Amino acid sequence: METASNFLNIKDVSTAFKINGQYYDAISHINLQVQHDEILAIVGESGCGKSTLATTIMGLHDPAETKISGEVDFEGTDLLKLDEKGYNQFRGAKIGMIFQDPLSALNPLKRIEEQISEVMDYHTDLSAEDKHNRVIELLNQVGIVNPQRTARQFPHELSGGMRQRVIIAIAIACKPDLIIADEPTTALDVTIQAQILDVLRDIQKENHAGIILITHDLGVVAETADRVAVMYAGQIVEQGTAEQVFNTPEHPYTRSLLRSMPQRDNENDDLYVIKGNVPSLQKMPAKGDRFAPRIPWVPAEAHEENPTMHEVAPGHEVRCTCYKHFQFPDEQGSVTV
Amino acid sequence: MWKTILRRFLIMIPEVIVLSILVFLLAKAMPGDPFTGSINPKADPAQIHHLMKINGLYDPWYQQYWNWVVHLFHGNLGNSYQYQEPVTRLIGGRAANTLWLALFTMILTYAFALPMGVYAGRHEGKLPDTIIRVYTYVTYCIPFFVILVIGIWIFGYVLGWFPTTGSISSDATGWLHTFGSRFYHILLPGLLGALFGTVNIVQYLRSEVIDSKHSDYVRTARSKGVPSKDIYRHHIFRNSLLPIAAFAGYSITGLLNGSIFTETVFSYPGMGLLFVNSISYRDYTVITALVLIYGILNLIGTLLSDIILSIVDPRIRIQ
Repeated sequence: METASNFLNIKDVSTAFKINGQYYDAISHINLQVQHDEILAIVGESGCGKSTLATTIMGLHDPAETKISGEVDFEGTDLLKLDEKGYNQFRGAKIGMIFQDPLSALNPLKRIEEQISEVMDYHTDLSAEDKHNRVIELLNQVGIVNPQRTARQFPHELSGGMRQRVIIAIAIACKPDLIIADEPTTALDVTIQAQILDVLRDIQKENHAGIILITHDLGVVAETADRVAVMYAGQIVEQGTAEQVFNTPEHPYTRSLLRSMPQRDNENDDLYVIKGNVPSLQKMPAKGDRFAPRIPWVPAEAHEENPTMHEVAPGHEVRCTCYKHFQFPDEQGSVTV
Repeated sequence: MWKTILRRFLIMIPEVIVLSILVFLLAKAMPGDPFTGSINPKADPAQIHHLMKINGLYDPWYQQYWNWVVHLFHGNLGNSYQYQEPVTRLIGGRAANTLWLALFTMILTYAFALPMGVYAGRHEGKLPDTIIRVYTYVTYCIPFFVILVIGIWIFGYVLGWFPTTGSISSDATGWLHTFGSRFYHILLPGLLGALFGTVNIVQYLRSEVIDSKHSDYVRTARSKGVPSKDIYRHHIFRNSLLPIAAFAGYSITGLLNGSIFTETVFSYPGMGLLFVNSISYRDYTVITALVLIYGILNLIGTLLSDIILSIVDPRIRIQ
C-alpha cells in the first residue's frame, strides 16, 4: 500500500493509558496510510480505540498519563517526536480536527468569529480585515445562511448542526492537508448528518485534503468512504477499499457488524446481535484473537496465536486466519479446521 | 444587557418591601416599650399610656409601619437609646469605616486568591498545589475569630507591628497623616480577613481550572495549535472565573457580616461593632436600623452578582 502519495503514514503506533500506575494499550500496533483526495473511514464500536487513534495523531494526550510508541509520519516529519511547540505548527495549520460533540467543543464565552479567526492568528499573517473576510467565506463554505450574523453570535445561540458547521469551519480555516473528523455526525439528527457529510466531501474536493472519518455508523461509511479500516479492541482487524470491505467482508467481526445492520429486504427478521462486550483495557487478552470470545462456536485452533494481517486481495487485509473458517451459527455447513 | 439589569433591579423592590415589613414586625415583637427605661421610673403608668397614644403606638401595625416608612424616607430612623443621638448620624460615620475596611479586604482577597487558584489548578498535584491546598484546608478549619485573635496576638502584641484597636490614631493631623494612619489601622484586619476570605475562592477557582482544562473547548483550542500559555489566558481563565464572579457580589455581603467579628476583636468603630454593642445594650432602634441595612446590603450583593454574571456570561443575558 505504500505509494508516493501517502502523505500520512502511521507505523506501528500504540497508545497506552496509565491506570492505577500500570500502562494498558488502548490501541496497539496500528498501521494506516492516508492519501490526498481520499476519505479513510475508521469503523468500530464504542471503546475500540477510534478516538484514541485520532487524539494520538493530534498529540492531544497528556504525556504524563500516556505512553505512545511507533511513528506518525506526516509529510516526512515524525509527529510523535515533536515537542508541544513543534506540534502547534501542525495542529490547526496542516491537520484540522472536527470533534464529536459540537455542543461542548466551542468556548461558550467567545463569539463565533473570534473562535474561527483564532486559528488564523497562529498560522497566518492575515490582517484583521482579511481574517474577517475569510471567516465569512468559511461560514459560507460550510453552508451557513447568514454568515455576517452568525459570526457575531455566541455558541449557545446556534443549533447543533450550525455549531458543527462552525467547528468544521475552524478545522478547515487554514486549508489543512489532513482533516480528522471524530464522529462528526453522531450528535446530530439524520437530515443534518447528510448535509454535514456533503460539506465535508465538498471541502475535500476543493482542498485536496485527506480525511480520516471516525464513526460507528456503517451507513455513513458506505456513503462517504473510499477506504475503510475496521477496528476492534484497539487493533485494526480488516482494511481495504469500501467496495472490498462492504461487498466481500472477510473478518468475522466485519461480517458480524454488517450483518447487524438493519436491511430493507429482511426487515421482519430479528437483527443479528454480537454477543458480549469489547473487553476493558485491563482485561485485554495478551495473546490470541481478541474477537474470539464473542464467536465461541469457532474452535480455538482456527485462530492464530498472534494474529497478523493477511492480504486477501490487493489492498485488502484481514487479521487472523480464522476468517477462512468462519460461518454464522445459522449458516449451512459445519465449521472445520 | 441593560434589560437584564433593569429587570433584576425591579425584582429587588418587592424584596426590599418584604424585608422591611419583616424587620419592622420583628422589632415590634421585641419585649418592652420605648418609654419605661427612658423616663422617670416613678412616672405614672397612665402617663406612659398617654405617651404611647400620642406617639401612635396603639395604632394598627400597618399604620405604624407606614409612619415608620415615611420617617425612613426622610432619613429619620429614630434616636439611639444608648447614645442619645439620631441613629442615622450614629451609623453614618461607622458605615464609612466598615466600607473602607471591607473594600480593602476584598481587594486583598482577590489579589491573593486569583493567582493562587489559577496556579494550583494549572499545576494540579505538584508541590505548590499541595501547599496551597493544605493552607486552604487548615484555614477553613479554624473559626474566623480564632484567626483574628491569633493574628492580633502575634502581629499586634508579640511583634508589635500593627495597632490593635481603633480606626485612626488620636494624634493624626493633616490629610496625608490621617490617610496613612487609617490605612495602618486596617492593614492587619484586612490581611487577616483576606487570609480567611481567599480560602473559598481558591478552592472554587482551582477546581474550575481543573474542569476547564479537560473541557472539550480547550481540546478544540489545542487542536487549533494555540500554545498552552494562551489557552490559559484566553480560554481557561475567563471560563473558570464564572463561578467566582457569581460569588463576588455575595462576598461583599459576606465581608460585611464578617466585619462583625473583625470589628469586635479589633475594637474597630464600624457597623459590626455597633451592632454587637447595640445588642448587648438592647438599643432597639439601632438594631432595627442595622438589620435593615444589612438586609438591603445582602439584596444589593445578590443584585451585583447577577449583574457581574450577566456581563461575563453571554448565556444568561435576557434577550
